[in-house]
Amino acid sequence: MKIKQISVFVQNEPGRLLEFTDVLNKAGINMTSLNLADVTDYGIVRVIVDDTEKAASVLKENKYNVIVNELLCVDVSDKPGALHEILVKLADNDLNISYMYGFSKGGHASLVLKVNDLEKAIAALQ
Amino acid sequence: MIWNEHVETMSRDEMHALQSERLRDTVERVYQNVEFYRSKMQALGIEPGDIKTIDDIVKLPFTTKKDLRDNYPFKICAAPQSEFVRIHASSGTTGKPTAVPHTRKDLDMFAECVARSICCAGGSREDTIQVSYGYGLFTGGLGLHDGATRLGAGVIPASSGNTANQLTLMKDFRPTILACTPSYAMFLAEALAEEGTKPEDLALKIGIFGAEPWSAEMRAKIEAGLGITAHDIYGLSEIMGPGVSCTCEHRNGLHICEDHFYPEILDPDTLQPVGDNVVGELTFTHLTKEAMPLLRYRTRDLSSLDHSPCECGRTSVRMARIIGRSDDMLIIRGVNVFPSQIESVLLEVPEASPNYVIIVDRKGTLDTIEVQVELNPDYMTDSVTEMEEIRKKIKQKLDSVLRIGVILTLAEHKTITRSQGKAKRVIDRRKI
Repeated sequence: MKIKQISVFVQNEPGRLLEFTDVLNKAGINMTSLNLADVTDYGIVRVIVDDTEKAASVLKENKYNVIVNELLCVDVSDKPGALHEILVKLADNDLNISYMYGFSKGGHASLVLKVNDLEKAIAALQ
Repeated sequence: MIWNEHVETMSRDEMHALQSERLRDTVERVYQNVEFYRSKMQALGIEPGDIKTIDDIVKLPFTTKKDLRDNYPFKICAAPQSEFVRIHASSGTTGKPTAVPHTRKDLDMFAECVARSICCAGGSREDTIQVSYGYGLFTGGLGLHDGATRLGAGVIPASSGNTANQLTLMKDFRPTILACTPSYAMFLAEALAEEGTKPEDLALKIGIFGAEPWSAEMRAKIEAGLGITAHDIYGLSEIMGPGVSCTCEHRNGLHICEDHFYPEILDPDTLQPVGDNVVGELTFTHLTKEAMPLLRYRTRDLSSLDHSPCECGRTSVRMARIIGRSDDMLIIRGVNVFPSQIESVLLEVPEASPNYVIIVDRKGTLDTIEVQVELNPDYMTDSVTEMEEIRKKIKQKLDSVLRIGVILTLAEHKTITRSQGKAKRVIDRRKI
């Protein structure tokens, strides 16, 4: 399935992530996942939230640089080889992953993947 | 020793007569050959015949950096390109430099003035000079080189950079004079200390430093670190390059080669000349230049003049060391940088917003320039790779226009507005 992710530019300084989460908190937005990709002096915070449109709009109001992307979200069972199966299917279809993150809880895992062709990836996994 | 005793010690009356004669000649030539000056003089209702003595200079129009840009590259020249034997250039906005051509006679005059300066600083033909100014479009390297050669001194054309090699040359070739920017001298002194070489292991005795502002504290550090007496040399490429003026052994102001460059100090508000020892904008008029003679060129450097005789025996007017700028130009590692250049590059690169802050600092001994810029929201990406490509693209464009390496930092909107205060675009943290 597809999932919407919000990415925001933040500087790599104490308190910057806190300021960002505070904006979402004050707008009553709940985060499902948070992923931070850092360089040296800045990072890109990627979040999945319960209300993407509202979150993007309050972040823009607070002068953040914001981009909303659609990513691939895959639910797999939490057992050895489950991720491997997915990766084999994507590779067989010549699909590239630029980044991914995920978590598992209670025997169940969710993966979020940035792929170079979202529609093709969805078809490959069906 | 005084290189050109006749000129450098002539009476004020003789100098007045010489300057008057040369100004008449220069004005006649620019009026005949340069449309820019002819129309400016006509607009002011003056003709070459109205200029009788050097005191009439106040009737003449000013020339600014903008005039040079507007007449780029050679429209303000009084000699045809076939007469140019070398063309120097200084950096300008959006990649267009300011062209400064020289005829054979101009280069002779350049070498003469630098030879005078080296002698003024205590050098002679017995000396060996390591020229660690950059060689190239920048006038520092070739200027010192030609002047030292004219003097008959030995030249080590080291150019700038490659510090380990510079130290080897200093130890093995035993130069007695070092010529470079003060910040590079400081850097070399520290590198020497780091490798455990003592100043007394070197033969250096004199430093000739210029092209950027430096403090008395920095001078004391350089002198201790290299075991030398440090001298100030002044110049700018539009006028010539280093050697327009230099300090003598008394180091009480810089003796100007005023038979070639007539100095005035202007009140920055009224643009009227002020008296001795009053600070204002330093302005030069070429008296002998052939390729690109400029009338009353406003340097934007703040200084003052002193016509009283110097104990060294020279009668030439002295200028005080530069105390600042009347515009926002920054001098970074000897390179002139205008915030407007940075702004125009950012406006050209769509990924950058025109929201920026420039931070100038001195890390150790070398000046650094950091440009913090906000990303154009339309180019926001979730990919670090793409973000880095944007950063590199902006940096490369800035580096090529400014001709100096910048630290390019992508910043959040709030960082820039926070540090910006009241539209303060430049933060200079250097203590000089």
